[in-house]
Amino acid sequence: MADEPTSKQPEKRPETSEGQPPARETSAQKPAEKPAGEKPVPPKKEAPPAWPKPLDNEMVRRFRQRFGDAILDALEDRKQAILVVAAERLREIAEYARDEEQFDMLTDLTAVDWPKREKRFDLVVNLYSFPRNERLRLKAAVGEHDQPPSLAPVWAAANWLERECFDMFGIRFEGHPDLRRILLPDEWVGHPLRKDYDILQQDTAWVRENLGIESGQ
Amino acid sequence: MDAVVEFLKPHLLPLLWAVVIVAVLPLVAGYIVLLERKVMADIQARLGPMRVGPHGLLQPIADALKLLLKEDIIPANADKWIFWIAPLISVTAAMLALSAMPFGPVFQIADLNVGLLFIVAVSSLGIFGIVLGGWSSNSHYALLGALRSAAQVVSYEVAVGMALVSGLLLAGTLSMRKMVEAQAEQGVWFAFLVPVGFFIYLVAGIAELNRAPFDLPEAESELVAGYMTEYSGFRWALYFLGEYTAMIVVSGIGTTLFLGGWLRPFPNVAAFDFLDYLPAVLFLALTGYCFYRAPKQPVPIQKAVMGLFGVLCLGITAALGWAVTLPAEAVARAGILGAFWFLAKVFLFLYSFMWFRFTFPRYRFDQLMRLGWHFLIPVSLVNVMGVGAALVLHRQAGWPLWQGLVLGTVVTLAVAAWLILVRQRRPVAAPSAGGEV
Amino acid sequence: MAETPTRHVHFPGMDTTVLGADEIIINMGPQHPSTHGVLRVKLHLDGEKVIGSECIIGYLHRGVEKIAEHRSYQQFAPYVDRMDYVAAVSNGLGYCEAVEKLLEVEVPPRAKVVRTILTELQRIASHLLWLGTHALDIGALTPIFYCFREREEILKIFEKYCGARLTTHAFRIGGLQYEVYDGFEEDVKRFLADFDRKIDEYEALLTTNRIWVERTKGIGVLSAQDAIALGVTGPVLRASGVKWDIRKAFPYAAYDRYDFEIPVGSNGDTYDRYLVRMEEMRQSRRICLQAIEDIPSGPILGKVGKVMKPAPGEVYHSIEAPKGELGYYIVSDGTTQPYRVRIRPPSFINLQAFDTMVRGHLVADVVAIIGTIDIVLGEVDR
Repeated sequence: MADEPTSKQPEKRPETSEGQPPARETSAQKPAEKPAGEKPVPPKKEAPPAWPKPLDNEMVRRFRQRFGDAILDALEDRKQAILVVAAERLREIAEYARDEEQFDMLTDLTAVDWPKREKRFDLVVNLYSFPRNERLRLKAAVGEHDQPPSLAPVWAAANWLERECFDMFGIRFEGHPDLRRILLPDEWVGHPLRKDYDILQQDTAWVRENLGIESGQ
Repeated sequence: MDAVVEFLKPHLLPLLWAVVIVAVLPLVAGYIVLLERKVMADIQARLGPMRVGPHGLLQPIADALKLLLKEDIIPANADKWIFWIAPLISVTAAMLALSAMPFGPVFQIADLNVGLLFIVAVSSLGIFGIVLGGWSSNSHYALLGALRSAAQVVSYEVAVGMALVSGLLLAGTLSMRKMVEAQAEQGVWFAFLVPVGFFIYLVAGIAELNRAPFDLPEAESELVAGYMTEYSGFRWALYFLGEYTAMIVVSGIGTTLFLGGWLRPFPNVAAFDFLDYLPAVLFLALTGYCFYRAPKQPVPIQKAVMGLFGVLCLGITAALGWAVTLPAEAVARAGILGAFWFLAKVFLFLYSFMWFRFTFPRYRFDQLMRLGWHFLIPVSLVNVMGVGAALVLHRQAGWPLWQGLVLGTVVTLAVAAWLILVRQRRPVAAPSAGGEV
Repeated sequence: MAETPTRHVHFPGMDTTVLGADEIIINMGPQHPSTHGVLRVKLHLDGEKVIGSECIIGYLHRGVEKIAEHRSYQQFAPYVDRMDYVAAVSNGLGYCEAVEKLLEVEVPPRAKVVRTILTELQRIASHLLWLGTHALDIGALTPIFYCFREREEILKIFEKYCGARLTTHAFRIGGLQYEVYDGFEEDVKRFLADFDRKIDEYEALLTTNRIWVERTKGIGVLSAQDAIALGVTGPVLRASGVKWDIRKAFPYAAYDRYDFEIPVGSNGDTYDRYLVRMEEMRQSRRICLQAIEDIPSGPILGKVGKVMKPAPGEVYHSIEAPKGELGYYIVSDGTTQPYRVRIRPPSFINLQAFDTMVRGHLVADVVAIIGTIDIVLGEVDR
């Protein structure tokens, strides 16, 4: 019954027409969007830091020096450091982060779908450094048919995380040793965490064939 | 006709015993299961079966009925005939072994002059049931269970045999009855003369029974149910019956050879004659408890069942009490009291089996093999040599027997300690070391 | 058999079509007594030795992350209880704190302390469940009943506090759902008073038991290097000798107010993981004892509106759940519903280390290793 994806949900989102993530909007635009009476937005002069702010510290400078244009942006959101990097050079940057900057653990790897953007996926890599007790987030925009480099050779942990990412979003990682679905059955059609995949949608054919029930039961 | 009757006469009593054993054993096994569940519950701080009958006393009957009525599934790819016959082999072998077991000076089907040999030989046939069952199921888990079982039983048979030899040397006979008589003559249970042999028998016996901590063939957390994985319904119950019967057999051998069989503690000391009254008093107390609890049961049926059990206990009390009043030479007296003591000792064994099961984690297969081949077998060999040397010294040099035996035991313990220390010093075996399968 | 879903037998870097004479492929799970739920492991065996393994997961996949995108922030909170359902309080704490961070709300101190107490009790409960099932897998039938006896006391406290025993939904974004009930302190104190002795009881059964030691020492060794590369966290990481605990690294709730030690192992084997978790229970008790003595008074809910609209942006927040680092990465687009909620499940990532740990061991060790990772499939599959 819920075969065809209804794309109602994504449209509800108050995104700008260019598909810019709201997170990247300037702080000046923000108060306009907020209904009065909600989380209070203080007057601008004594404003608490509105996120995200540009980030500039020693580490960012080192990254910029090393990779130049590949570091597209450095942000701080809720006191958390974010580096926006070029997807093609993600592995190099990750290797550098691990070896030179001591971000020795890959905490998490995931993606966010922004269907209206030119490159619809944000690949989000959370790193942690034991010696520095610091977290760093790498973000890279990836198009629907792009093949970002796999991080599995850098951190073994990336193996399953990238498989899950592929399973849920359909991002193909280049150089992944074993890129198969991990949570859904191998023959499943569709990638559920994409915004154009409706919450009630199922792979009806698969369900009927393998479970012997009609979809939605 | 007279000739036939005359011919059958000596066989009537054994035949009766045989029928009694075959008929009663399933019930007994069922109640041993109940006992096991109660012991388990007690160790695990809970109550165990309480619903079917008072204190779960009818649970075994309900279980048996359920198993009888359950669908008997034979997997499509199984080797049907072997699958069908394998549990029977296990049960038959275990029951056959009981035929030479003296449950008392009277209750014995046949006193073979090679009794122990016969029992050990027949009961080890039971392994065929397990191996064939596991193989014919055509399932990986069952096959692994069967292979483990075969390797385990073959390995531990040696240790069991050696432990038994150490007792046999003292008894000087293979006849089960004469073993007990030898202990009566010498005035001491052999368990005290060859403690190491007794201990090895206990450990290796548990391993041969495939019971925890050596229950690898049916290790439920690894192999689901091992060789029984594909069995269901009554065939599965037969395996259980076989296993519990084998427990009785192993306990029976241990009791006969090491714990003085049907003899009461201190059979030759008159000061302990009051022990003859103990069975009756014990059952009287049990009767009292049943009658005391009966009105407190919640449902009339449970009250009735509890009362019935009280009557049963009263009956046993009466039998035991009657036996005590008989003169000392009466056959019935010796038979009834002897049976009580024999069964009491068997239950002591069974209780210890249960106790171990609920206390210890399970051995891994290679560790089990290492324990068997590297520890139990060498120690039991040294033990046999020690007993032999003691006997030689006793007969040739006139040493008191106990001195030689103490010396032998000390040497054996020294060897055991050395083996333990060597094993401890050795680094933990590389995990890649495969089992002997 | 024909209608069961078929999935490819696949061992990375191994040709499974050619099996040696002694080699078999055995399928453990999803219905197996000791795969702790619906984990399915394909084992490639040589005799009884494991030469390859593959975990097949997803049998419990419910699309929690997708659901989150269609619920408001408050509505989603009960869903996280269903992930690691044996440590629902910890899940709730992680989620609430992540949203609070996103909203930049300050939680009143009373709420923080009560959260800490409940979360530590939950850690004890989760570790007790782990201990019981782990011992059961290795063949010790009894400890699980002792563990459940104590766990029951904790669940009773939860039930009195919020009406639920398992999926508690104990906290609310911004603070607590309920004020603690009368007698909460006494209940907790009574439980803690003799819990130490109870741990001694478990240890008496296992710690020096020769069979237990032989079954766990040197089994499933994970070096610190491998552990970090595999992203393993929690007791598994600590047993490998890495002294890292989010409660100390990034103190959340009220953990910065209390003294406690982080137990670490040295060999990274199953035995060390066992010891680490046992010691963690003692440390949790220590934290609770300190916290229960001094619960600050005051409000239990911070300043949060009925409708939560966090400013656009994103936040990653993680807590030290009983099983490891439980992280929530939440992206807000300024509406009442999260744009994306990513849950970093500790069990999922720890389970990835299974293959490294299990190779070369025997079948009997497989269950010990599954047990020692301490997975909950609800969390692995989400």
